[in-house]
Amino acid sequence: MSRLSRRQLIAAGAMAAAGAGGLAVAAKLARRYGLVPPDSGGIYGPGETLTYAAQRLLTRHSMAREFSRGQISAKPLQNEVAPLGEEFARLQKANFSDWRLTVDGRVAEPRTFSLAELRSLPRHSHITMIQCEEGWSYIAEWTGVPLRHVLTLVGAAPEATHVVYRSFEKVWWESVDMADALHPQTLLALEMNGGELPVGFGGPIRMRVTRQLGYKSVKYVTHLTVTDNIKQFGNGLGAASPEAGYAWYAGI
Amino acid sequence: MAESPQPRHTLLVRVTHWLTALAFLALLVTGLEIVVSHPRFYWGEVGNINTQPLFQIPIPASRSLVPTGYAYTLPDQNGWSRYLHFQAGWLLLLTGVLYVGVGLLRGHFRREMTPSRSDLSAKRLWASILDHLRFKRPGPEEAWSYNVLQRLAYLLVVFVAFPLIIWTGLAMSPSFVSAFPAAVNVLGGQQSARTLHFFLTAVLLLFFAIHLLMVIVAGFWSRARAMITGRAGGR
Repeated sequence: MSRLSRRQLIAAGAMAAAGAGGLAVAAKLARRYGLVPPDSGGIYGPGETLTYAAQRLLTRHSMAREFSRGQISAKPLQNEVAPLGEEFARLQKANFSDWRLTVDGRVAEPRTFSLAELRSLPRHSHITMIQCEEGWSYIAEWTGVPLRHVLTLVGAAPEATHVVYRSFEKVWWESVDMADALHPQTLLALEMNGGELPVGFGGPIRMRVTRQLGYKSVKYVTHLTVTDNIKQFGNGLGAASPEAGYAWYAGI
Repeated sequence: MAESPQPRHTLLVRVTHWLTALAFLALLVTGLEIVVSHPRFYWGEVGNINTQPLFQIPIPASRSLVPTGYAYTLPDQNGWSRYLHFQAGWLLLLTGVLYVGVGLLRGHFRREMTPSRSDLSAKRLWASILDHLRFKRPGPEEAWSYNVLQRLAYLLVVFVAFPLIIWTGLAMSPSFVSAFPAAVNVLGGQQSARTLHFFLTAVLLLFFAIHLLMVIVAGFWSRARAMITGRAGGR
C-alpha cells in the first residue's frame, strides 16, 4: 500500500470535518423543522430519522391511493384483538350511545363528543387500502369525520406538533404529526363499506391514517390530546408501538 | 513477489463491497424474519388470510391467525427486524449510489465490468460456463480481471437486481406510494410488489451463494485479501 502523503492526510481530514459539520447542521435543521421522530434515540435512530425525514419531505401533502368501488375487498380481515371486557360489552349493548370521544390538550375548548354529535359533523369518504406491517392488506370504504375538522372545532393551538389518540384498549395509544393529523384523508371513521363500522374493524370509532401502516389506525378511539411536546407521553417515544419495539413512524 | 503500484481493486470498490455485503446480510436476515409473520404471497393489490394466495411457504408463522398447519407460533421479532431492515436499506442505497456514481465518473464499469464483444460470442460464453460448472481453478492472470460470466453477473446484480429490489421495497411503503403511485401501479399492485420483492431476494441469495462458492474455487484468501487490502499476486 502506498504511503499516504501529507496532502492526502490534510484533504482527508478536511473532508471528515466538513462531513461532520454538515451532519451537525443537518441535524439542527431537522430538529427545527420537526423531521426527527420521537423514537430517534438508540442504535436504529439514524435509519429511522433518515426514513421519517425523507418521507415527510416527500409526502407532506401527498394523497394515499384511492380505489374504485369495484376494488373494495370482498374479504377484508379483522386482525386479532384482545377481548374488550364487560364495560365495552355494556357500551355495545346500548348501541354505543354512551360512548364519548374526549378531546383535550393544547386546544381552546376541550370537550367531549358523543357518536350522535360526531355523526352530525361534515363527513368524508374514501376507498383506501389498509396494509398491516405483517404484509397483508385489504381495501375498504371508510366514512367519517376528518380529524382536521374536529381540531378546528376545538381550536387546536397553532404550536401543536402532534395529536395523541388513545383506544378503549388502554395499551394501544398512538400519535401522528400535524402533517398527518391535518391531512384530508385522516378520518375518525364511523362507517365501513357503507354500513356502521363493525366492532371487529374498530367500531364505533377508528382513526384512519391512510399513509401509514395499519397499526397507526387505532381501533375504539376514546381520547384525543393535542400536544406541542410529544415526549411527555408514556416513555417519551411517541406511542405505544416504539415501547413494544415497533417504529413510531409507520410510513414504510 | 513484487508489489504492484496499482491495487487490484480501488479503495472505492473495496469499501463499498464490504458495506454492501454487510447491508445485504442484515437485510436478508431481517427480511426473512419479517416473512415469518405472514409466509403467504399474493398477486395484485390485496391479499390476506381470507384470500387465496399464489403460494404459501410451509413454515410456522409468528402470528396465530395465519393457517400454517403447525400447532405453535414463532416469537414475534418484527419490531427490531423492521427497524434494522430499513436502516440497512439506507446503508445499501447510499453505498450503492456512491459506488455507481463514482464508478461511472471514473469509468470503472467501462474498464473493468463491460465484457468485450469477442467474450460475448456463443463459443466463448459456453466455454466459460463449462469452466465454471467444472469448478476449474482460474490461472494467476485471472486474479487481475473479471471473466465474462463475472462481468455479466455483477452488471446484472448492480444495475438490475439491486435497483429492482429497492424499487419493489419502496412500492410497499404507503407513504412513498402516496407520493409516487406509479411505483406500485406499474408492478400490478401492492401484493405484486411484495411477491416480486421476495422473488428478487431469492435471486440475490442465489447470486450470493454462487459468488461465495466461486470465490472459494478461485482461492478464498487471495481473493478476500485483494478485496480488503487491494494487494493481489504480482503480475
